[in-house]
Amino acid sequence: MTDTLKNVIAQTEQVILGKPQQIRLALTCLLARGHLLIEDLPGVGKTTLAHVLSRTLGLQFQRIQFTSDMLPADILGVSIYQRESGEFKFHAGPIFSQMILADEVNRATPKTQSALLEAMEEHQVTSEGETRPLPSPFFVIATQNPTNQIGTFPLPESQLDRFMMRIQLGYPDATAELGLLSGVDRRDLIAGLQPQMQTSELFALQEQVRKVFVSPALLDYVQAILRHTRESARFVHGLSPRAGLSLLAAARAWALLDSRDAVIPEDVQAVLPGVASHRLQSVHDTQASDGEKLARELIEAVAIP
Amino acid sequence: MKLSAQLTYGLVACILLVSAPHADHLPPWVIAECGALLLWRTWLARSGKTLPPRWLLLGITMLSVAAIAISFRSLFGREVGVTLLILLSALKLLELKAVRDATIVIYLSCFIIITNFFYSQSIPTALFMLATLLVILATWVHMHTGALAFKPRLRIGSMLLLQAIPLSLILFVLFPRVQGPLWGLPQDAYASSGLSDTMSPGSVSNLSLNDAVAFRVSFDGIVPSRDKMYWRGPVLWEFDGTTWRRGHNATTLKRGLQEAGDPLGYTVTLEPHNKRWLFALDMPDKLSIPHILTPDFQLLNDKNVNARLRYHADSFLSYRANPDELPRQLQRALALPRGLNPQARQLAAGWRQQHPRDDAAIAREILQHFNQGGYVYTLEPPLLGVNGIDQFLFQTRQGFCEHYAGAFVFLLRAAGVPARVVTGYQGGEYNALGDYYILRQSDAHAWAEVWLGEHGWIRYDPTATIAPARIESGLFAAVGDTAILPFMLRDPPPWLRELRFNLDAMTNRWNQWVLGYNEETQFAFLTRLGMEDVSWQKMALNMLAGIFILVGIFTLLMLRRLVVRQTDPVQLLWLRACRKLERHAGLPREPHEGPMDYANRIAAIHPDLAEDFHDIAARYASLRYGGEAESEGLAAFKDAVRAFKL
Repeated sequence: MTDTLKNVIAQTEQVILGKPQQIRLALTCLLARGHLLIEDLPGVGKTTLAHVLSRTLGLQFQRIQFTSDMLPADILGVSIYQRESGEFKFHAGPIFSQMILADEVNRATPKTQSALLEAMEEHQVTSEGETRPLPSPFFVIATQNPTNQIGTFPLPESQLDRFMMRIQLGYPDATAELGLLSGVDRRDLIAGLQPQMQTSELFALQEQVRKVFVSPALLDYVQAILRHTRESARFVHGLSPRAGLSLLAAARAWALLDSRDAVIPEDVQAVLPGVASHRLQSVHDTQASDGEKLARELIEAVAIP
Repeated sequence: MKLSAQLTYGLVACILLVSAPHADHLPPWVIAECGALLLWRTWLARSGKTLPPRWLLLGITMLSVAAIAISFRSLFGREVGVTLLILLSALKLLELKAVRDATIVIYLSCFIIITNFFYSQSIPTALFMLATLLVILATWVHMHTGALAFKPRLRIGSMLLLQAIPLSLILFVLFPRVQGPLWGLPQDAYASSGLSDTMSPGSVSNLSLNDAVAFRVSFDGIVPSRDKMYWRGPVLWEFDGTTWRRGHNATTLKRGLQEAGDPLGYTVTLEPHNKRWLFALDMPDKLSIPHILTPDFQLLNDKNVNARLRYHADSFLSYRANPDELPRQLQRALALPRGLNPQARQLAAGWRQQHPRDDAAIAREILQHFNQGGYVYTLEPPLLGVNGIDQFLFQTRQGFCEHYAGAFVFLLRAAGVPARVVTGYQGGEYNALGDYYILRQSDAHAWAEVWLGEHGWIRYDPTATIAPARIESGLFAAVGDTAILPFMLRDPPPWLRELRFNLDAMTNRWNQWVLGYNEETQFAFLTRLGMEDVSWQKMALNMLAGIFILVGIFTLLMLRRLVVRQTDPVQLLWLRACRKLERHAGLPREPHEGPMDYANRIAAIHPDLAEDFHDIAARYASLRYGGEAESEGLAAFKDAVRAFKL
């Protein structure tokens, strides 16, 4: 692992206490060019994590707070008539930014949600007949409150599939909590963070991820996992091909974070809960929260060939 | 777990398919009730409504059983049993709640399949039941797999069916065929029609309209010409003016057959006709099954033929039958009812005067009379009154073979010549595909036998004089394109004839090898397969051995799928290293555990092994998952694994 990546992790861990695994997964997602969904209760540090990452990576940051009265134009931007020139001028919305924090995405109406998710998928915005590319790199961290809270529009499964990973932060442990309570205000900390990386370095790392070697034996393993989800009676649906691609890309990034040039089964297992938990649904109960448990079960059910 | 609507449809289809063939003999109200129940159930599944309450089902059940008891006047017996079974299984569909109920319906359907064979054992029935079984299996698979598409369901079902074929073959061939009521079908399982032991005007011509198969014959070698193929059935002695009867035949009388030439061997497969007599060529000599040969050369079985019967027979085509017939029998062959048919008697008396001593000449005169007297051979002769023979001879002059045979014998008896009527079948249709002859009911025939002293009983066929085509080519050629002749007897186009022969050849084989596979054929077949001293103990042993071998083969095939043979040298070495750890440290690798995780776990428990095993795991990971070329690292990896000691 390059020193820059080490520094990024170290700096993030200074602010987000006691969550090394989640930080690594978020970074994995970023390196693998995927988008991240963080689902947890309010106040556990979702926003802070996004903020810290953008600061540390030196990315242009934009936060969009989703509300139920939000319209797609509020995100994408709108063309306004200029009296002086007699023309329409496009005022880019907050989405034209390198890192977006889509806060509480499930508070918005499905129409607005899908505007965001389409932009995520296409890396471009089409508004009033004109297609405008989004900046690069483009990374969305969406946060979602648990869907059983009042006033939410839970993301449908097809939309969930567009996020490479879903992670949960959870409450900090006692040590971390103590550090948090006794330490400096997180906001001040964030303001003082220095970027550890140039954008060009990030591009180079993303390119490096793509070159991480994947052997046929490992592909067999990934296939065995996918096949198991499709054939087993445990899950409502199997994993989609897009999920398979995401799993492989994430495993590559994880291997790189581990300073390896080839993917080993452990990498796949490390990212699988993140990649699969929001895509798997148990046939027995439809509680979305047991996705992580299901993914663990999946790992244990598939032998490494 | 609630049963899905899809599964319910499948179960409804199962019950519908297995009971459908019963529709032709169930009471109409049962059919209506079953139909209504199935429709009701389908509607409930479709609309997602709740099932009817228990008290309602109980009420319907009680009423149905009571109705069956009333309509059959009994609650026992095959017919009632089948009806109850079908009605109750349709009712069972209305209390489908759990998987258990669905399982019961599946098993019930399989059981009801068997009941269909009480009524028909033909190839179409068997094929239909096979298709039904496939549907049942597919539904069963559906029950266990849930959300599987229709096609893979059908595929698994067919696979199960295919896998069952070898097993059922073994059971079919080797299961000891014990003769007994336990295995036998009910006696009335076969509908039957055929020659009766009486003959009156119209009885044979009625039979002629029936194209059902009477029996099939395959000859051992020489095939006689068609005009010699007289298949002898009941011999009729007594005449009351309209009807000819067998009369009482004392079995103690002796027979005397003086044969000439070689016997002719052939095998007959007789369809059940619920009468005692068997058919054989004139004159039968030997038979392969227990039988009685009466003094007038009738073959009788020891009981009514109510199951398909196969036997081998020898006959002599040239013979002298009973040249020294007893006077008592000759007396019977001369008896005539008093007072009837005066004109015929007069005619006969005239011939007697012309030929006072020559009996054969009188027979010739009668035949000549038939030939030149303007007589017509027809399937639709006019009805005859009290003096039937007179009416026939002098007024209508239209008749079928029973009219001619009857009048012929009457005239002979009136002239004082002993004669009797013989009924049976004549001719046969050759099926080149199966190399056998088919005798249909329409081939039923009646002819006469005249006793001519030292020549014995001689066959005379008056029909041959009037309509020679009937004897040489068959009924169709003789009576022409009459509207009342059934389709099967007309001259069909060649392709249809071909198809008919194909179907009949298939049916014949089915009858002989599947339905007719009894103790006797089983023993013969097994002997031909090379089993010495066939006994049922041997069969049972062989059967068990066969089943074990078969199940063994299937088990091996299935296990082979589970065990993947590992050929990759890297993988083999790694598994060897893991086995070492498992054996000596008792720490087996979990199947889902990656090499590095395993190494870390080992290191935590056995710090002394940490370094060596980490090395092995890292080498393995880089060889198997890294881009490293095998040739370089493999040797080092091999050495590391070999050197790895606990």
